[in-house]
Amino acid sequence: MTETTLQDFQHLALSLAGTQSTAPWLDSLRFTGTEQWLAAQWPSRRTELWKYTPLASLQRGQFASWGSAQVYTLADDALLMLDAIRLVFVNGEFDEEASTGDAAFVTRFSKADSAQQAVIEAHLGKIVDTKRHLFASLSNAWIQDGVLVHVPKNIKLDLPIYVVNISTPEAEPAIANQRVLIVLEESAQAELIEHFVSDGQPQNGFVNSLTEIQLGANAHLSHYRMNLEEEHLIHIGGVHINLASNAQYQGFTIAEGSQLKRIDYQICHKGKGAHAGLNGVYLPRNTHLLDYHTNVEHEAPHCTTSEVFRGIIADSARAVFNGRIHIHPDAQKTLAELSNKNLLTSDKAEVDTKPELEIYADDVKCAHGATVSQLDQTSMFYLQSRGLSEKQARTMLSFGFINELLQDLPQQAVRDHLHRHLSFLFAKDQFAS
Amino acid sequence: MLDIRNLNARVEETDILRNLSLSIKPGEVHAIMGPNGAGKSTLGNVLSGRPGYEVTSGEIEFNGKNLLEMDIEERAREGLFLAFQYPVEIPGVSNMEFLKASVDARRKHLGLPELSSFDFMKIARETSKRVSLDAAFLKRGVNEGFSGGEKKRNEILQMMLLEPSLCILDETDSGLDIDALQVVAAGVNSMRSDERSFIVVTHYQRLLDFIVPDYVHVLAGGRIVKSGGKELALELEAKGYAWLEDEVA
Repeated sequence: MTETTLQDFQHLALSLAGTQSTAPWLDSLRFTGTEQWLAAQWPSRRTELWKYTPLASLQRGQFASWGSAQVYTLADDALLMLDAIRLVFVNGEFDEEASTGDAAFVTRFSKADSAQQAVIEAHLGKIVDTKRHLFASLSNAWIQDGVLVHVPKNIKLDLPIYVVNISTPEAEPAIANQRVLIVLEESAQAELIEHFVSDGQPQNGFVNSLTEIQLGANAHLSHYRMNLEEEHLIHIGGVHINLASNAQYQGFTIAEGSQLKRIDYQICHKGKGAHAGLNGVYLPRNTHLLDYHTNVEHEAPHCTTSEVFRGIIADSARAVFNGRIHIHPDAQKTLAELSNKNLLTSDKAEVDTKPELEIYADDVKCAHGATVSQLDQTSMFYLQSRGLSEKQARTMLSFGFINELLQDLPQQAVRDHLHRHLSFLFAKDQFAS
Repeated sequence: MLDIRNLNARVEETDILRNLSLSIKPGEVHAIMGPNGAGKSTLGNVLSGRPGYEVTSGEIEFNGKNLLEMDIEERAREGLFLAFQYPVEIPGVSNMEFLKASVDARRKHLGLPELSSFDFMKIARETSKRVSLDAAFLKRGVNEGFSGGEKKRNEILQMMLLEPSLCILDETDSGLDIDALQVVAAGVNSMRSDERSFIVVTHYQRLLDFIVPDYVHVLAGGRIVKSGGKELALELEAKGYAWLEDEVA
């Protein structure tokens, strides 16, 4: 198989855009997306945002069709056990049977009434900065369907919104374009859980996912995003959040590796007094490539950010972490903290970590740090001196390293699911060797 | 139980223990006292197999087996327990899961079946009461955010759950107030039996008011310079260690 060139991939990707029937009111977004995608420079090793993350496997992928809802079998415990407004997509196509019925304030773009269409048009594709996020313009060009959560002023959603994206292998490598738009009006509250999962088969798909979040004044969103797909799936995803004054965003993300997985978070403090917390865990193994890029823009004063990412890199895997915090001149009294810790469990594992702090205001408190280490020898001795084997001790300490970020998650269903899922993963020893 | 013969050990090229010999029979409590830097903690670390503590010569027999040939975890499973002077904080690792894994390992070695989670939790809760440790500590990370006294009580809790045949208490009294000291001592005394032996390493005589030893040994310059009964501890309390160091020199 010859490698497709940039033009090939760009045009192949776009040729697909014309093959779907989409609501006319989304046309302008699609046209803009198409133009931006065509005008964009394909990343090279000199492109700072993609320096350590070559896109070769995407170019090789020959993705020539849209995904469609295949019949799938999931393990019994593959999904969260919780009472929620559930929307299930299979290879990008909505699965009505697996989803719960209609719910207030939650719909799909394809079902939106005129008022909801107006909300979508006002925000969709406008929260994300497509200049920094190449694949967002492709997602716009591909726009078809997606989830809209629009919560009016002072309303608190009782149930979490649980968006499940299931991947299955298809006869030909196929694409799924996942979109979520959350708009919380003033003092509204909601909880969103995004769960990417695949059936037990080796995957051959490419998921381009984009979640945009608009938080009004005093609005509060709790957000979980789990990328736990099988290791052949290619996933490029983005989460983009705007916070108005005193809004609060509390995010947690976890990803297992794959041949190519890249996830961007962009958080913009637009109004004063907003708070964003984001914790993340990444677990690449084998020959995976897993890249988290986070960017926090402090544009307003008195905002706070707390960000903690931890990764365990096993085997010959490679992780990339880039955490940027940008304090604009007006963002006085900012409090921002970023910590990134990495554990390498093999000589061939690699991490490229780069915290970046850009400060243009003089009255701020910022801290950032990154470490790469191995297991603590005193802790190893302590556990072994109580009868645990070296392997058991390593597994326990490795798990403990990330469990610090899991054990206090407020959503018990997520906590329980991850504990079970990760116990199984850690039992394979790769994260302990 | 334990037979140490002409033990020489060093840490990072520095000789610490010199020709140390000590024999402990089942049921005996031996106190090891001595000035700072005498090698008291080294002895506990060597016995438990801590990396970095190198035995250059000598023999140690534990329950009739060659201790020096065993890995760290084998020694523990065989029934040797070291209560740490500075217990390690391990955030993210649940105390309960850690304790269960330890007890399972010991039970497996003894040919006993694993306890069910339910049974183990019941036993762990009851035992934590005996050392006045709130059961909430079982759910926290190992020693995470524990006070000095809580850490030491967690050590005694582990000792009670593991039911070792040889317990080494490494300056367990350091940093404890009198109330905590009594709790720890009561825990230790409740475990004294004809089959179980103790090595109580301490700088001060105070602990020995509560855990009364059968023998007291004074360690200075890496060797035992004087041995006696419990009254030796009182003599040391009154006269300090200097006269012994002078005697050796």
